[in-house]
Amino acid sequence: MKVELLYWRGCPSYPEAQRLIEEVLARAGVEAAVELREVESDEQAARLRFPGSPTIRIDGRDVDPVGAETPPGLTCRLYHLPDGRISPLPTREQIDAALA
Amino acid sequence: MTLALGTRAPSFSLPGVDGATRALDDYADVDALAVVWSCNHCPYVQAWEDRMMAVQRDYGARGFRLVAINSNDAERYPADSFEAMQRRARERGFNFDYLLDEDQSVARAYGPERTPEVFLFDSDRRLVYHGAIDDSYDEQGVQVHYLRDALDALLDGREPPVAETPPVGCSVKWRN
Repeated sequence: MKVELLYWRGCPSYPEAQRLIEEVLARAGVEAAVELREVESDEQAARLRFPGSPTIRIDGRDVDPVGAETPPGLTCRLYHLPDGRISPLPTREQIDAALA
Repeated sequence: MTLALGTRAPSFSLPGVDGATRALDDYADVDALAVVWSCNHCPYVQAWEDRMMAVQRDYGARGFRLVAINSNDAERYPADSFEAMQRRARERGFNFDYLLDEDQSVARAYGPERTPEVFLFDSDRRLVYHGAIDDSYDEQGVQVHYLRDALDALLDGREPPVAETPPVGCSVKWRN
């Protein structure tokens, strides 16, 4: 299984995102290393279809397919939680669902 | 360079989303003034926005005003344009002034690094608290209410229990 964490340093959420992914993987008993990919320019963001930081892809599939459609750019990514709140990170459940 | 504790608030005069220009002196009658660096597009700001409104609602009658300033480069981040600010303030029903610092001169004077980032001033407009609104962008995880604790102390004539915390949020989007 390929687990990618794409991030931009201008947004502080990626260390927490990495911890969150590793927790979910451990709890699910999945042995996979998180591949970190830093995005540093608008050009790179466009090429990688990077909608903001953090972006988590499991076997190439975004954990939030709706948010993945946001135009690419160097920005913090916005996640909509099931209860309507906004968060800079996806939920454990979103990552879990992408693992299934 | 970020403003040091005890420093007087640098003056400003900026357009607000309601069409009026707001200056620091316009808030001279309040005992506590929070200048909060903010914007539209940042998920951290959006996560904290309800709490910004709640603080204004809960402390407004006690001589407190919260003023939000957006200094982000709207050319690179169109979601932070003045028109988008007006739309967001209207849709969300902001109960605080929301000002645009288009040339970023006010941001350079205060030195914020993040959005949201709070600068709380006393009645002499000296900086008494600087940093985060509270200790978690996730409202359900909040344990320490830095801004509220500082306000309770300030409005009671005491020193804030915590004067400085690291702000957490998106970087201020400086022009190149």
